[in-house]
Amino acid sequence: MSWREALPVLIVLSSLVPGLIIFTLPEDRRRLRTFLNMTGAVLKLSLVALLFPFVYMGQSFVFRLPLLPGMDLVLHADALSLLFIVLSAFLWLVTTIYAVGYLEGSPHRSRFFGFFSLCVSSTTGIALAGDLISFIIFYEMLTISTYPLVVHRGTPEALRAGRIYLAYTLSGGILLLVATAWLRVIAGDLAFVATGILSVLDPSLYPSLTIIFLMLILGLGVKAALVPLHGWLPVAMVAPAPVSALLHAVAVVKAGAFGIMRVVYDVYGIEFAAELDLLRPLALIAALTVIYASIRALFQDDLKRRLAFSTISQVSYIALGIAVAGPLATVGGLVHLVHQGMMKITLFFCAGNLAETLGIHKVSEMNGVGRRLPWTMAAFTVGALGMIGLPPLAGFISKWYLVLGSLEAGQNWVIVVLMLSTLLNAAYFLPIVYRIWFAAPPSSWPRNQARVGGREVSLLLLLPPLATGLLVILLGLLADAPFSPLQWVQIITAREHVP
Amino acid sequence: MSLPLIYGAAGVALFFLGAYALFAYAHLLRKILAANIMGSGVFMVFIAMAGRTPGAPDPVPHAMVLTGIVVTVAFTSVALALAVRIARASGRAHLPEREEEP
Amino acid sequence: MTGALLTHPWSLWTIVIPLAAACLSFLFPRRAPLPGIITALTVPLFVATAVYQLLQAGPHTQVLGGWHAPLGITLRTDGPALILLLTSGLVGLTVSLYALGYFTTTDQQERRQQRFFWPLWLLLWGACNALFLSGDLFNLYVTLELVTLSSIALAALNGSSAALDGAMRYLLASLLGSLSYLLGVALIYGAYSTVDLALLGHIVHADDLSRAALALMTVGLLVKTALFPLHFWLPPAHASAPAPVSALLSGLVVKAPLLILFRLWFEVFPATATAGITHLLGILGCGAIIWGSLMALRQQRLKLLVAYSTVAQIGYFFLLFPLARGEAAATAWAGVLFLVLAHGCGKAAMFLVTGTITRVAGHDRLSDLAGAGGMLGARLLVFALAAVTLVGLPPSSGFIAKWLMINAAIVTGQWWYLAVIALGTLLASGYVLRVLSLAFIESQAPALPAAPRILRWPPLALAIVALLLGLASFHPVVLSLVDAPISGIILLEMVR
Repeated sequence: MSWREALPVLIVLSSLVPGLIIFTLPEDRRRLRTFLNMTGAVLKLSLVALLFPFVYMGQSFVFRLPLLPGMDLVLHADALSLLFIVLSAFLWLVTTIYAVGYLEGSPHRSRFFGFFSLCVSSTTGIALAGDLISFIIFYEMLTISTYPLVVHRGTPEALRAGRIYLAYTLSGGILLLVATAWLRVIAGDLAFVATGILSVLDPSLYPSLTIIFLMLILGLGVKAALVPLHGWLPVAMVAPAPVSALLHAVAVVKAGAFGIMRVVYDVYGIEFAAELDLLRPLALIAALTVIYASIRALFQDDLKRRLAFSTISQVSYIALGIAVAGPLATVGGLVHLVHQGMMKITLFFCAGNLAETLGIHKVSEMNGVGRRLPWTMAAFTVGALGMIGLPPLAGFISKWYLVLGSLEAGQNWVIVVLMLSTLLNAAYFLPIVYRIWFAAPPSSWPRNQARVGGREVSLLLLLPPLATGLLVILLGLLADAPFSPLQWVQIITAREHVP
Repeated sequence: MSLPLIYGAAGVALFFLGAYALFAYAHLLRKILAANIMGSGVFMVFIAMAGRTPGAPDPVPHAMVLTGIVVTVAFTSVALALAVRIARASGRAHLPEREEEP
Repeated sequence: MTGALLTHPWSLWTIVIPLAAACLSFLFPRRAPLPGIITALTVPLFVATAVYQLLQAGPHTQVLGGWHAPLGITLRTDGPALILLLTSGLVGLTVSLYALGYFTTTDQQERRQQRFFWPLWLLLWGACNALFLSGDLFNLYVTLELVTLSSIALAALNGSSAALDGAMRYLLASLLGSLSYLLGVALIYGAYSTVDLALLGHIVHADDLSRAALALMTVGLLVKTALFPLHFWLPPAHASAPAPVSALLSGLVVKAPLLILFRLWFEVFPATATAGITHLLGILGCGAIIWGSLMALRQQRLKLLVAYSTVAQIGYFFLLFPLARGEAAATAWAGVLFLVLAHGCGKAAMFLVTGTITRVAGHDRLSDLAGAGGMLGARLLVFALAAVTLVGLPPSSGFIAKWLMINAAIVTGQWWYLAVIALGTLLASGYVLRVLSLAFIESQAPALPAAPRILRWPPLALAIVALLLGLASFHPVVLSLVDAPISGIILLEMVR
């Protein structure tokens, strides 16, 4: 096996093998467990960095495992997969550090980190999947490996959340399976090829292709939390903060959005999808999700639930960018994958710190927290302002391109949706920012952990949000730098649109 | 009507008679007897098949019947032993009412 | 050397060794496990060699005693037979290792059980292998009876009233089934003067006698396979037997009459089979899937849940009949046979880990089984791992099998079976989730003692094998079509 074939497999294994070993470790082997986690994360990031220059130059890395005569498990590193995998590898490293700090002293850590690693391996597989069948194999594996994380606490609420989560995701998975099987029968090999593979098919198949598209979007839309398939996400907030951070910034929700990207760009092809008039319904659903979820977020007092609805709303920006066909909108949607991930994970890390240190779960309890947790709340503020879309933060960049793209494609109604959403974002984030810095703190917090060696929270819980918060600033400021996500996305877009 | 046909028909009739009795009677010994009658019916059909060709009877079905008898004897003995055990363990000579409920 | 490797009848040893070991176990009860373990370790090796031989040199036939058909007994080693031998090898090895630790020699009762378990199990194994390799209808009958008799005795092993009742029901149902089958054999012999499968395949034509024979044989075998609605004997028998026995009954024994049915329908009677009857079998299969899954959802005891899960899974096998038509025949055949392998391993692992759970917790009532962390939680996670194969989630072998069946359903345009497969998957997830969620609940009860390693590792290993077979599915799938009564392309595309 040449190193070109081995590299994708190694990237997947770099989190799988440590995960499997961690399962067998007894609870008290902290150091070994942390060592395995960190080694895996660093190794993965290094291997991905290795991949980078070659994919930039257009070279390919393909690994095939024959499953059946005519069907292989394919791992293929192309430009789009690199976008997702760099995000997930980096954020896994950061979340692992955070999780080690957050779960200090809690039970079942070996089980947690084992499934955590399985989850990341599945996400890596999703990113690297080279055809639709391999994609859905890893997609289902993601479902299975995230359930134990959602129910980690073992409380009745957690179990209920897990049941709802599985009901949604398994049903979506079946839909995906049937749609993919059907598509394979009609269209043959379903390898992901930029600009799509279905445009060559006989026009008599177009009705079937439309139904298949609907089924695929429904199946993917569960994880991507498109309304009305979003019901599992707010309920799943009962999981520990690292899980919410991972699920909502890196793994599950992004996997759904990534899947929609793959289907529209690399299976159907953007021009063909527009020709079949498939993109308009998608745009409508995405817009509906954006507005509905923003409105729901306004009425949530629980901080994590407000962030959950914000996630639902923001991830649909990606779907919106995809559905408004046109290079600039594509750029906006794709780059939002990275930017939203970075901003959202910052917010969830800060929410976790609030819960851990001061026992705060509700927005109404957050008065004057800025005095007690200045650095954490600074990161929170950066994340919140980025979500609103304030320049020069990352969120502004994606919004800018989405607006430009809508103008370019002549879909002016999308601009209205984006403006409305920005207003709503401001409406549910700015009051929090005001409370943090300008409101008077209560006489006592629900829980008051002593300051750790003079710092507001332990370093393990402080550095991750600071790092991601800083990146939110840098991704916005340095968007024009070479190898920024924006530049990368522009390369991908160039390859996805038929010249 | 030819002789094989009569024997064959009788064998099939015995088979279905035994099958009916297997379901109809509750007592374990009756069920075991019913199964034996079914077996005898099947063997009769085999023997009838042996005589289907003119001239000397075909020995192959006879061999099959012998094997079948051995199998049936084995089953009957196990069934009887089980029936005795059930009677000793639970004091009844029939199987309890079937419940699909847990 | 290579010549001998390719011409020696390796598959025959898989019959001879267990039978010889059964006699030895019976004659030397104090050392009963020893022949068992030696068999368990050597038979899989012979199976592997036979697989290699088949892939290199093709299928072959062995005639016993030099007596050729129609008089003699022929043993055929072809692809489907080897898939089943592979199943029996994997399941047999794991169950034997597990049984070593299950029947502890401290209890007087347990020692008696161990004394009789080994000869009966080895007899069962040898008979199963002989059945998988048989090439004529009557030998299939004899080996089927051997299998049934030993499984009845095994089912009654622990001597409890429930076990005895279950075994009796099993016996009477089996007797009905096999006599019906035998009557069909008699009719066939009378009409065609041979019972050899290969010969019959050429000469059987669609007349009333053949239809009657097929009907009798099918009904008989349906009772023995426990297809809905003739499944009544299975849950009591499987649930009250000791764990290794349940694993064998669900993982191996139900596959024997199934293979006979497949051979009958596709090799002997293809001319007689009509679309209506295949759909009837398909509908009964759908009924089994739905009914079995719904019943499993309602059970309060873990063992009964797993037993009803078997009833449901058997329904999937019967979808072969309607799905294997036209161009999709090879796809459906490969899918269902691979499902047999996947299900055998997964179900056996599930029953074995259930046995460990019952041993550790002292009971199998679901309502009292919660246990995060510690022994019980870990066992429940292994249960979930085995369940991944049975539900058909990637990357397990169950998923690949389901994929093939879905492909066949789409190509032949039979969308309703697709809906049933999807529904069955969701229902299966439902009852597995009931058990899985118990693994995460904190239990207030004191920590339970650890089960010995030999009760923990075999089910875990088998569950992992069942899972990984999905990634190594290429060769088994190709194997299942070697010299099968069906030929064609796997994975059809209608690309225009």
